[in-house]
Formats: sequence, C-alpha cells, structure tokens
Amino acid sequence: MDEELYKENILDHYRNPHNKDALDVYDVRGGGVNQTCGDELEFFVKFDEEGKVAQATFLGSGCAISQAGASMLTDKVKGMTLSELKLLAPGDIYSMLGIHISPGRANCALLSYRALSDGLKHHE
Amino acid sequence: MNIESIKKDFPFFAEHPRFAYLDSAATSQTPQAVLDAMQEYYTSFRSNIHRGLYQMGEEASERYENARASVARFVGAQPEEIIFTSGATASSNMLVRMLEESKRTDLFPAQKGPTFFKEEDEIVTTVMEHHASLIPLQELAKRKGSALKLIPLTETQMLDYAAAESLITEKTTIVACVLASNVTGSVNDVRRLADIAHARGALMIVDATEAVGHIAVDVNTLGADFLYFSGHKMLGPTGIGVLYARKDLLENMNPSIFGGGIVEKVSEESSTWTTSPKRFEAGTPNIAGAIGLGAAVEYLETIGTETIHAHTRELTVYALEKLGQIPGMHIFAAVAETNAGIVSFTVDGIHPHDLAQIAGKEHVALRAGHHCAALYMRALGVPATARASFYLYNTTSDIDALVEAIKKAQAIFAK
Repeated sequence: MDEELYKENILDHYRNPHNKDALDVYDVRGGGVNQTCGDELEFFVKFDEEGKVAQATFLGSGCAISQAGASMLTDKVKGMTLSELKLLAPGDIYSMLGIHISPGRANCALLSYRALSDGLKHHE
Repeated sequence: MNIESIKKDFPFFAEHPRFAYLDSAATSQTPQAVLDAMQEYYTSFRSNIHRGLYQMGEEASERYENARASVARFVGAQPEEIIFTSGATASSNMLVRMLEESKRTDLFPAQKGPTFFKEEDEIVTTVMEHHASLIPLQELAKRKGSALKLIPLTETQMLDYAAAESLITEKTTIVACVLASNVTGSVNDVRRLADIAHARGALMIVDATEAVGHIAVDVNTLGADFLYFSGHKMLGPTGIGVLYARKDLLENMNPSIFGGGIVEKVSEESSTWTTSPKRFEAGTPNIAGAIGLGAAVEYLETIGTETIHAHTRELTVYALEKLGQIPGMHIFAAVAETNAGIVSFTVDGIHPHDLAQIAGKEHVALRAGHHCAALYMRALGVPATARASFYLYNTTSDIDALVEAIKKAQAIFAK
C-alpha cells in the first residue's frame, strides 16, 4: 500500500529535510544522477580531528524517496569513520528507509548512497 | 466505435479488468488476433523464410512477405520500400549507417564526392526528438566533425518553423523530425519541414514511432524520404520495427549490417548485394514478429486510424478539462486537435515518480521520467513529468481513475 511506502517519517524528511546545504569546506564530495528522471544529488562529508564524520550534507531536488533517503543518510553517517563509510552497502540504505523499495524505485532510494560512494571513490 | 467490444479483443483486460492502462505510448496491449497469428507460425508452419523448399517454408515466406505488404499499404508505401528491423531504435541507427555506407552521387545525382556524408554537411533536427532519433545523428555528427543544428520551440512550445527556414540551408544534407512527440503528443507539420528540406536539396527522415497506428500516416503526404517506427506501440509484438525508405534511394544504398541472405556474389575479397529490401535484412529476421505486426495492421485497418484518432482526441479533450481542474496542476500537451493522444503533467509538491507510484497502487498505469527526450524536457523547463497516453481501448473512466489517483497523491503529500 502507498501508505506504507509514504510513511509519516519519510514524508517528514521530504518536507523538512535534515542537513540540506552545501559545505564550503569538506573532505568528501560526490554526485549522482537518477537516470530514470534526471534528478541530481550532491553529498558532502567533513571529518573531525579523530577522523569521524562531523558534518554530512546534501544538495539536490527529487522525489520523496530520494530526498528522504538523503536526509536520513546525513543523520546516519554522523560519527562514522572513513572505513565505516566505505562499508555501507545498498542493504543498509533499504533498512534505513524501512520501507519496501520496488525495483523501479531502487535508483531513487540509492541516489544519495551513490553520490556518497562517488565522493569516496575520489577521496584519498 | 464500441470500446467495450474492442476491450474484449485484448486478453490483458480480461486479466486486469480494473486496470486503467494509460501507458500505451510506452507500449500498447496486444489483441488476440496478433497472438493467434504468431502462435500459428510457431505451431503450424514454423520454418525459415526464403530457403525451405517444402510447403511450410513456402508458407512462412509468404506470410512474412504478406506482412510486409500489409505494413506498406498501411503507410502508403510499396512493399519493396519496407525493411523489417527490431524496432525504431534499430531502424534509426541502421539508417544513419546505411547513409554513411552509400555513395553521394547515388543519393544526390547533382553532387560530387565518394561518400554520402562529408565534414561540411550539416544535420538539422529538433529539440523534440526522442533519444532514439537524436543520438544516432549526434554520433554521426561527431564522427564526421559536422554541425548538428536543432530547431527550437516557439513561446507557445510549438516547433519553430520560421527558425527551421533559416537553420536548413544548402549545406544541410539531413533533416530529421519526430511526427508525434512521445512527451506532449504534439503532431508536427513534418510536410512543411520536408518541403524546406527538399527545396535545399536535403533528405527528410521522419520518426513516426508514436504516430503509426494512432493517426493516419502516409509517407507521400508527409514527404518522407525515410520513416521508421516500432511494432509494439501499435498493437504489434515487441522486437519488430520498420524502416521505410523511398524506393529510388533504397535501390542505390549499401547495407550496414552484413551476413547471410543479402548477397548476390561472394568472392574471397568482397561481395555484391542482392536487391532491396532483402539487402538490408541480413540473417534470420523476426519472422513471428513480422507476422504479428502484419496481423496488428490488419486489426487496426478494421477499425481505421481516423476513427482511433477521433477517439483519442475525445479522450485528450476530456483529460485536459479534468486535469486542468486540479489545483497545482501543470499540463504539457499539445491542443487536442494536433495531439496523438498523449498528456504530460506535473503536480506541485509531488515528484512525478511519487505520483506514478501512488497511481500504480490505485490501478492506474502512468509513465514518469524524462521520457528519453532530455532536450525537450529542458526546453519545457521541467526535469521530469508524469505522462498519460490514450489508445483505442481507453475510456473516460480511465481518466476519472487517473484524476482520483492524483487527488489521493495530493492527500498523502498534504498530510
């Protein structure tokens, strides 16, 4: 049912996304494009002195699933180390969203994850 | 036109009676007659064409050639001007390569030069094109270092024919235009562009994928030198398509896909080609698909494309009125008179993907995204839209279901 997909917390994140901003100073910056609709998303990460994520933000517009996913991911990665970020997998994103994602919406759900992965790929 | 009896011809609707299928621009449903024709090939006379010297082989060849004749008749062409391909995308790509492989003097008797396409040649197409039309031309331009010019839209989002007058010049060798847009349903005045193209000595390519089987299409009326379409958007099976090429051009063109069935003589160094259209159908073709497409054409002929277009026009009028009453609605569609039955839209605060997903749960099939027409979406000023498309089996109640689904989406997102 759509009520299950568009759960209140998903809609909350969509309407009032967390950490939707660019970082002027960052350690990781990556981008992703949802090929089915052309939506673009950028993900930024800044580490603290201990090497843990101090700030994570995103920029971009898109559907409720991609926007809520990005908003939740900025919260989730806080305090994580670089190696922990690298261990994130699509399954973690699906669990984080807590809703059933059909194959047709996988690109939406994983847009922020792919933007982050793109950033990590270019991070030394 | 009795829609209830038409629906009975489509097994899909017996299986899904409640489903409002508004995605025929992506692919249409299949009537029983098409399934039967293909089934008969597989069960009664399956054999390869143009080879078997036994009864079934002859039967298969005859049915395959009959399908070619049906398709030719349907678009006002001659059978020898019809090449079967795997679909519009294959037709478009193959055509570009065929042109590249051909001699310039064969296509333009007045002009010199060994190959058809030279660096200084220019290609003119439109911002409305589907990627299947645009990208093969883009790649051709890149390979040759040639200019690719795009006819823009006017302020009312129509093709800018005045701009076309100056973009198409004596240097233009190819003009390509979509007949019916897969985003807005807009039926373009292809004849007008063809006349400009021919006056400047250029060839006219028409992408008729969303048009054939939906509006009356005649290659001569359109002034098309080349025209292509897919079977699966006109009640035929997937994996079959058509490339039409004017006979006097085709006879002098070289193939771009090589293999069995296209040769006249083969020596150690090179080969010569058999007559067209066989010259352009290397290998075993999609025999069942062609027979199925032939059956689809015959089915469409019993109803008539004029009748079908009158019906989808009525549905478009109804949809534009009903959707227009929804607050926050933005419609991207040609006026019903020049619309092939396609309406795109966006709704404030709801992404097209969310809209289409909620509609799907409400048993309404929509399409969401950029519809493989990125340049057109940019010209319209939206990243993506939701799209409803109408065909002979749709009714106003399908549109009512769409309106209810949109309201449901608005209720979910307004919470």
